Amino acid sequence: MLGLAAAAARTTNLIVLVLTALVVIVVATACRIHGPLGRSVILFTKIAIGVVIFRLVLQAIFGLRLGERVLFRLPALTLPEFMAGITVGGPVTLESMMAGLNQGVRLGVILICFGAVNSVSSPARLLRSLPGVLYEMGVASTIALTTAPQAVMSASQIAEARRLRGRPTRGAAGLRGIAIPVLEGALDRSIRLAAALDTRGYGRTRDDVAPNRQRTASVALIGGLIMLSIGVYGVFDTAAPVGLAIGGLTAGAVACGASVIVGHRTHRRTRHRPIRWDRRATLVAFSGAGALAASILTEAIEPGALDPSTFPLVAPTLPIIMAAGLALALAPLFVAPRFDDIEPDDARAAGLDIAESAATLSVSSGGDVR
Amino acid sequence: MTILELDNVTVTYEGSDRPALANVSLRIEEGEWLLVSAPTGAGKSTLLGLCNGLVPHFTGGNMSGTVTVAGRSTEQCPPRNLADVVGWVGQDPASGFVTDAVEDELAFVMEELATPPATMRRRIEETLDLMGIAELRNRPLSTLSGGEAQRVAIASVLCASPKVLLLDEPTSALDPAGADDVLAALGRLVHDVGLTVIMSEHRLERVIHLVDRIALIDRGQVTASMPDEALAIAPHVPPVIELGRLAGWSPLPRSVRDARRVAAPLISRLADAATPPAGPPPHTNDSPRYPVRASRSPAASGHIAVTGISLAHGRRTVVERVSFEVGGGGGGGGGGEVLALMGRNGAGKTTILRAVAGLTTPSAGRLRIGNLDPAAIDGPTRIRSIGFVPQDPTLLLYSSTVAEECRAADRDGGLDAGTTASVLEELAADGTIDANRHPRDLSAGQQLQVALAVVLAPAPTALLLDEPTRGLDHGVKDRLASLLRHRATNHGVAILLATHDVEFAATVADRVVLLGHREVTAAGPAAEVLSQSTVFAPQVARILSPLPVLTVAAIRRTLGRIETNRS
Repeated sequence: MLGLAAAAARTTNLIVLVLTALVVIVVATACRIHGPLGRSVILFTKIAIGVVIFRLVLQAIFGLRLGERVLFRLPALTLPEFMAGITVGGPVTLESMMAGLNQGVRLGVILICFGAVNSVSSPARLLRSLPGVLYEMGVASTIALTTAPQAVMSASQIAEARRLRGRPTRGAAGLRGIAIPVLEGALDRSIRLAAALDTRGYGRTRDDVAPNRQRTASVALIGGLIMLSIGVYGVFDTAAPVGLAIGGLTAGAVACGASVIVGHRTHRRTRHRPIRWDRRATLVAFSGAGALAASILTEAIEPGALDPSTFPLVAPTLPIIMAAGLALALAPLFVAPRFDDIEPDDARAAGLDIAESAATLSVSSGGDVR
Repeated sequence: MTILELDNVTVTYEGSDRPALANVSLRIEEGEWLLVSAPTGAGKSTLLGLCNGLVPHFTGGNMSGTVTVAGRSTEQCPPRNLADVVGWVGQDPASGFVTDAVEDELAFVMEELATPPATMRRRIEETLDLMGIAELRNRPLSTLSGGEAQRVAIASVLCASPKVLLLDEPTSALDPAGADDVLAALGRLVHDVGLTVIMSEHRLERVIHLVDRIALIDRGQVTASMPDEALAIAPHVPPVIELGRLAGWSPLPRSVRDARRVAAPLISRLADAATPPAGPPPHTNDSPRYPVRASRSPAASGHIAVTGISLAHGRRTVVERVSFEVGGGGGGGGGGEVLALMGRNGAGKTTILRAVAGLTTPSAGRLRIGNLDPAAIDGPTRIRSIGFVPQDPTLLLYSSTVAEECRAADRDGGLDAGTTASVLEELAADGTIDANRHPRDLSAGQQLQVALAVVLAPAPTALLLDEPTRGLDHGVKDRLASLLRHRATNHGVAILLATHDVEFAATVADRVVLLGHREVTAAGPAAEVLSQSTVFAPQVARILSPLPVLTVAAIRRTLGRIETNRS
């Protein structure tokens, strides 16, 4: 998925982008996990469509006036001298709108990719895969992640309860009356959860480990993570030197690895059924890598194919290598778990979701064709 | 061998002038099953918390004396370092879940204790079988019913193979069948594994025949004794004991099975009486200590009419085409009735109550309270026409002290100052609820009492109560029952309650509606429906089957009548 996001970030070719979104949504809905998080790809798709529309509106109002093919005219308003005399509104050209559309869709597709990541894994599963050094931090952040939806739920419960007592639920008084019990409830819940964690041995200490060792591990880990992010930046930015990407990634990986090895001995804990990294998982994780590789290859062979010009306007083409890369990204569909272990009710719901996302997609791509 | 020892322990919470528990000395032997019984808020949870160090490590407060568990003092060991010898399950097991699937939840404590993976797998398998939840292993925790969640919570601490298990009201949220499952599983653990179990429970009738000793708490003093001795001094006894005393059975039977063996003469004597006693007692006309105002709301009558409603939860249909009515007189006249809605966990009782309260809209059918649509009633009119106590009573409480909460309720309802406080006084035994405490610091049962007082004070014409006896001791339950009967009989209030507590339903309800798979499976007079049910029958009905009698009070009346006829 992240590979696909990287591939999407490297292109403004509309055909490639829409195909990428399609692949991501189909794969994510097929491999998604149970529960509300599994729907996040749908949520992110909706947000992405909103982003595209917002980007187009901005482009129409503030965009540069390039090209001759005028679509329509907005009432023009030239700002006074002290505001640099920029003209707002005026003729809106096809060329400028296409440029805006391309950029908007690119951002949207990246968003969809992140939604898809949430759909196919859950915070709790990520927590189980964390190295021992990060364990405490991981549990804390998982709990933090679960408090937000709980707070929303208890807010609506309290609004209801206030109604039962004939109190206002709107306005300043209503807000105060709801906010305080929500916070009290959240505090209560976290204390109960903390008690449950404690009685079940969470955070047991080992006396025989030097605290220094633990500190070294943490420092190495944080340094490694920073270097990894620099490396990732290199991958995403086509203008950055290749050395930055490779160097950052390598140094980050080495530092993180070292920290895990050092930290391993400070935390005595065992794993029940560690998530096995099987062929299927590799395929799902690396399905996007094919697309990314194809994107880099296309860039090398057909420069400009991924960045079609909008001034003068040319129709985007689908580079054959890119198409092959995207087809590769569909591979998890054939190996990922099916609905066989879900209850019939859920399966039906999932089916509806797929239909729903297909409908959303056809609407959005229909809009794009014009 | 002594596994747990409390030596002269005194606990005083901050801001309280008297100790919650005073000079407690208690020795618990390995393999013992100890029941802790006490009025609401008397310190049951404190006593349990002492046993694994949650008190005072988590709750704060001053503690003197020592608690020793399997040779370790809780003074030195915080709860996390006792996790391998003591397992603790709180009142609301779902709030203690830390992962999202059943098997992961079971593995959590073993992972923390660094159990080798091979042992882990074996123990998980064994525990799943022991608790009878093998089929739940891959289920997400959020989809479990109350009874399943409770069993998973117990299993998740059992995996550490502790020596002592502490359970805080393990069956209070469960339907009768679910409660029996949990208790049966505990029985297996005590008998087969030799586990020591310490549990608190209000509904003595469920556990009295199972436990080895009973610890009673009275004003901070703990006395543990054998069940027979404890029953002799206990302020309230289960119906089976009460019936045994009435009938003069000796030795006193403690279980329904024992009682049935000696019940034959009583059954034939009662059957000979011309009319079998039925239903709740005719209400005595004692006037309440506070004025109940005649209703001035537009929904002058609280009559609840539910006509063919269907309700859904997300995409799942909960109930389909359910109809029933709860009679209400209104206008200060008599003629109200009490209807108990019963059924297994997740049968849709709460969903129906919420719809009747106007919080959700049914997908089909019609709802009326008096002549109004409950969804359209708001503001001050609402509190005088619909009183609703939700399952989580804390939702209704927002003030910083109990006294302030009562004053706020008086203001909201335009009531005379002190009305709510006097309703609370009528429910709670005098002085058991400190008016200066924060509602969230009270015990679960006390919170419920405050919420009940807040809702009952404005004298709504229709009352909807969701599990109104959870965490209440027998004394409060009796007072609540007579208050509800009084409101229905003398003030025409229509009362709809959802409950698992069969003994409470037997005492208070005129009629019962049983919910099954999405529909009403039985409806009719309480005596008829409850005595015919195998799951929801109260103890008296089980003992005296096939007679349609539900309560000891009813039998006492019949026997009295037989005596008068004879003389």
